[in-house]
Formats: sequence, structure tokens, C-alpha cells
Amino acid sequence: MPETVLELDDLTVRFRLRRGDLTAVDGVSFAIDRGETFGLVGESGSGKSVTARAIMRLIPDPPGEIQRGRILFGGDNVLDKSDAEMRALRGRHIAMVFQEPMSALNPVFTVCEQISDALRTNLGLSRQEARERVVELLSLVGIPSPQKRLDSYVHEFSGGMRQRVMLAMALSCNPGFLIADEPTTALDVTIQATILELITGMIERLGMSLLFITHNLGVVAHSCDKIGVMYASHMVELGEKREIFANPQHPYTVGLLNSIPRLDAQARHLTPIAGSVCNMMEPPSGCKFHPRCVHAMDVCRREVPRLKEVAPGHLAACHLHDRGATA
Amino acid sequence: MTSQGATGDMLLEVKGLTKHFTLHGDIYSKLAGEKTQLLKAVDGIDFHIRRGETLGLVGESGCGKSTTARLVTRLIEPTAGEVRLKDEDLLAFSPARMKETRKDVQLVFQDPYSSLNPRKTVMHILSRPMEIHGLAGSWSEKRDRVLDLLRRVGLGVEHIDRYPHEFSGGQRQRIAIARALSVDPELVIGDEPVSALDVSIQAQILNLFRDLQDEFGLTYLFIAHDLSVIRHISDRVAVMYVGKIVETGPAAQLFEEPLHPYTKALLAAVPEADPDKPPPRLTLRGEVSTPLDPPPGCRLCGRCPRETAICAEVSPPLVDVGGDRQVACHHL
Repeated sequence: MPETVLELDDLTVRFRLRRGDLTAVDGVSFAIDRGETFGLVGESGSGKSVTARAIMRLIPDPPGEIQRGRILFGGDNVLDKSDAEMRALRGRHIAMVFQEPMSALNPVFTVCEQISDALRTNLGLSRQEARERVVELLSLVGIPSPQKRLDSYVHEFSGGMRQRVMLAMALSCNPGFLIADEPTTALDVTIQATILELITGMIERLGMSLLFITHNLGVVAHSCDKIGVMYASHMVELGEKREIFANPQHPYTVGLLNSIPRLDAQARHLTPIAGSVCNMMEPPSGCKFHPRCVHAMDVCRREVPRLKEVAPGHLAACHLHDRGATA
Repeated sequence: MTSQGATGDMLLEVKGLTKHFTLHGDIYSKLAGEKTQLLKAVDGIDFHIRRGETLGLVGESGCGKSTTARLVTRLIEPTAGEVRLKDEDLLAFSPARMKETRKDVQLVFQDPYSSLNPRKTVMHILSRPMEIHGLAGSWSEKRDRVLDLLRRVGLGVEHIDRYPHEFSGGQRQRIAIARALSVDPELVIGDEPVSALDVSIQAQILNLFRDLQDEFGLTYLFIAHDLSVIRHISDRVAVMYVGKIVETGPAAQLFEEPLHPYTKALLAAVPEADPDKPPPRLTLRGEVSTPLDPPPGCRLCGRCPRETAICAEVSPPLVDVGGDRQVACHHL
């Protein structure tokens, strides 16, 4: 039995806004084993990033609030930890890489200063020790002549190199768990390829677990073991990567896969999902996807479908899979 | 270019189009006696678009795709080169003639949040171009035309008096497309028109572009960085790298059998949404070269697996290789 590193159980995050309440993450549960790469996929506003931030306890409160649920990291509920305990956890055990390195890194400190800050605080290294470790880290993430780049500022790096710096910072304290929130979305495709190779290579070499958040199904197809698909705050499908690509069971996942133009063949028309993502301030009743779903039934308008096993290890939240359901 | 029939079916022809920006630097670099730098955003490109076809222009950020779009619409003036629209020299047009011609060439931009005026209603946004070009008379005539446009882009009468903020990203892009169509253009230039959209919405807008092309016989210059989008929408494709076109050809052939090392690298780097396909990888060394004072020779120098001595000295010209394909490489 593989060891579970992270387990989310019924996580529900709500934002209290002036216009009303917005539930950004609604009853999301999943688990990640040691050494596993989990891809969380969904379109903008589906709640993927809020889920990641909740794990790191980075949801600003107010207006945000974790309404329900547990986040078990190594068996302990992250939500019960004090601020000091959280500080000891972040960076040291769970690290995060963000989409925009330019806004995630500090423009007024050199790369060495930023990375050694974490090393000195978390690991108690001396200034000189930290500096040496930074050189090691920068060469680890493939920055050429790290000795020379050590005292450069973030703006002196290209987009791909900045993402490498951020990865070096995330890996600096040897965390066992990495959260990567759209780490390649702002990058060109050739640079994306190198960063993906770097991340997956690192994960394997260092035996880390990874939560990979992306909207790009192509990226998850090549860098994850398991996939969770989110739509409008709900987890709608969950399972092994190959199983989901070969045998998608939720109409949203099917629609998403059909929406992607292919590189190897040209179809005159794509098969998009009709309509647009619901307004999260006034979500539809029942299944959030029913207004766009070609299979919508009466029950879909009334009841929120629960995640059910449709094949071994493959879960989908759709009334089509209820026993005796008729389309 | 000569083999492809009469120039009668040629809508846009671009020859040796060049745009160099001079970077003067700040006062400190001037005091330090540093020389001004030349940013060769677009450096002598040739392409053509036939009536009714879609040319996909693809490349990574900073390769000069958007500058090209702005040059062929004369939003900026080129440093050198020729732009011929319907066999007339666009660059020689008087301001009055140019204003008239703008009706024929319309743009759809990437970000529908900044390309629509937030203070104007849909009715205003879609009828204003008609007024400017004298295409509609009475208010009721304009309203009828606007309603017709809305219907064609998949919106309805209920949307006509709303403001841009009341729409989703996909709907806004539909409005931007309707605005481009409001003056019956011949050529529509889409500058990354689907890259800000989620994938399910992106597919809707790509289908819309297709349907409108069939309906109105439109010609497209479609700019994107996403190769699968380009593959889907284009009849022919031009691949740009640091200010140069490195390869052009019919979409199917170019994607099946890329000839230029850069095109090959670009295609190998795309992660396809199929776990059984080979994983994305980079077949070039290093990072994208800079368009700042580039050395003579091929722009791919220093990154290319086929490189030899000549590559650093002579910039390879775009040459015909048969089958309507052209490639700029010394080592084919």
C-alpha cells in the first residue's frame, strides 16, 4: 500500500464578497501518494488555484474562508496548525511554483539574496553556506554559469530562466511535496517543453510528490500519473491518466477532449461545449454543468451528483452513471 | 509565387517587408557612450494570401507576428518593403485613400477585455464603424444591420443594449468579430484571437471563424502561437523565427513533414493531449535568439543541429522546394 502524502477531504472554500457569497471550491476530495504526480485540470474559475492555495493556507481571510473539510498532510490536518507551524511547513515540506515568475519573485533583491533567505531561515545556514547552496541549486535547474548569474536581478533573466529560478527556490529546502500552479502557461512552447522536462525529471530524481495545476490537457497527458478534472468548484472526474484519456466518463471531460484541435489531423469543425461557464455568484441548481450538457436530465437540475466509482479507481460525478438512469 | 495562377486571385502580397526599431537607451547609456541598438522586429519577409484562403502565421513571442499584422494594416509604417492589396501598393495610398481601404482590412485582437470600449453599448460598438465608412443611413437601418451581425456571431437581440462588462470572454470575442465584419471586409486579420479563451470556448470561436469564412467568402491572416490552433484553421502556414519567415507551405504537408529545423523543433515541443504520443521535447539548444542587433547569417545559429560554417555568414533565403512550399535553410 503506497503511503498517502496529501489527502483532501470535502474541502469547501467560500469567499464572502460584497455582492454575495461565492463558493470557489465545493466538497473536493482527492489523495496524492508519495512519488505520485497529480494533475488538477480545469478552465479559468474552476477552483484549481484556490484548492492549491488552501493547501498552503494562503487564502486571505477575510474575504476567504475554509468552510468545511480537512487537508491532511502527512496525517496532520493543515487547517488545525498555528501560523508558526504553517511557516515551518511551507518551503520546508511543501513548496509552490507560480505561473508568473515576474510577480512571484522580488524585483529588488538579487536571485542569491531571495533564495538564501529561505535557506538561512529554514535550514539555519550561514551566509556563505547559503551562497554555495544557491550555486548548486541554480546549476541543478539548468541555469548556465550560475556563479555569474548569482547576483543578477530577476528582470535580467528571460521568462524561462525566471521559471528556473523559481523552481530552484521551491526546491531549496528539499520539500517532499511540490505544488506547481500553471508553471508553464506564460511560456512559449519550446521553453515549456524544457521546463516540463525539468520539473518531471526533478520530481523523479528527488522522489517528490507533485500537484500540477494546469488548464492544458496536453501538459497533463505527459507529466502526470493521475488526473482530477474540476468544473465550477466541483471535482467532476478523477482517475488514472490513461484511463481518463482513453475512457472519459463525465460529459465535461468528454467535451473538453473534443474541443482541442489536433495536430495530426484536420477536422473542418471542432466539437465545442455549448454555452459558457456559469456565473459563480449565481450557480445553476443541481449539477453545475447541466446547462451546457447534452445529456441533461431532470435529476441533473435537482441534485448535485456525487463522485462515484465507474471503473476501478475511476470516479465521475454524473447522474448518467446512477443505477437505472435513463438519458 | 509566379506559378500560382494570375495575380487576380491574390489578395495580399508582401515583399521584403521590414521593420527596424531604433532603441536609443536611457540617458545613462548615452552618457556612457553606448551606441543605439537596432531591434529587427520584422526583417525582410515575403508572403502572399490568396482570396478566400487562411494563412496561419505562427511563431513564439517576440518573433514579429504582431508587428507584421500592424505593418500590413499600416498601423505602423515599415522601414522597407512592399505591401500590395488587390495588386495596388498600399504604402503609397494617401491618408484619405487609406481610410477608405481600412474598410477592406479589419483586425480582431487577442484581448477582448481591452479591445472593446467599456463605456459604449454593443449597438454603438457595432454601428460606429458603419457610420465612419458611410455604410448605413437611418438609425433603424443600422439597428437592423447590428441585429443581423449579432445573429451571425451567435448573439441575440437581448444583447444589443448591453455593455462589454456584461459579457464573458468568449462573448466579447464574438462582439469583436462582429465589429470587424460590420464594414464587409475582405481580409480579416486575427492577432491571437483565441489565445485568451478557455479551450471549450476557443473551439466555439474557431468554428465561428470557419462558418463566417464560408458565409462571406472572407480571407484570413490568422496569427497564433498555438500550433494545433494554426493547424486547425489554416490552409497555408508561415512559420516565423526572430523576424524571418523560415518555412511556408500547405498546412497538412507542413505539419506532417516539417522541413526547417525550427519548424521541427516547434512541433516536437507541443504536448499533445494523448498520453500515447511522444512526450514534448526540445530539439534545439539554448533559448530564443535576440532580434537586437542580430549577427548576419541564419537566426537559428548557435541552436541548430545542422549548423555549419556558412550558416553564421549568410542568411538563407526562402526558396521554393516544390509543392507550394518554401524553406529558408542552407541544409535541406
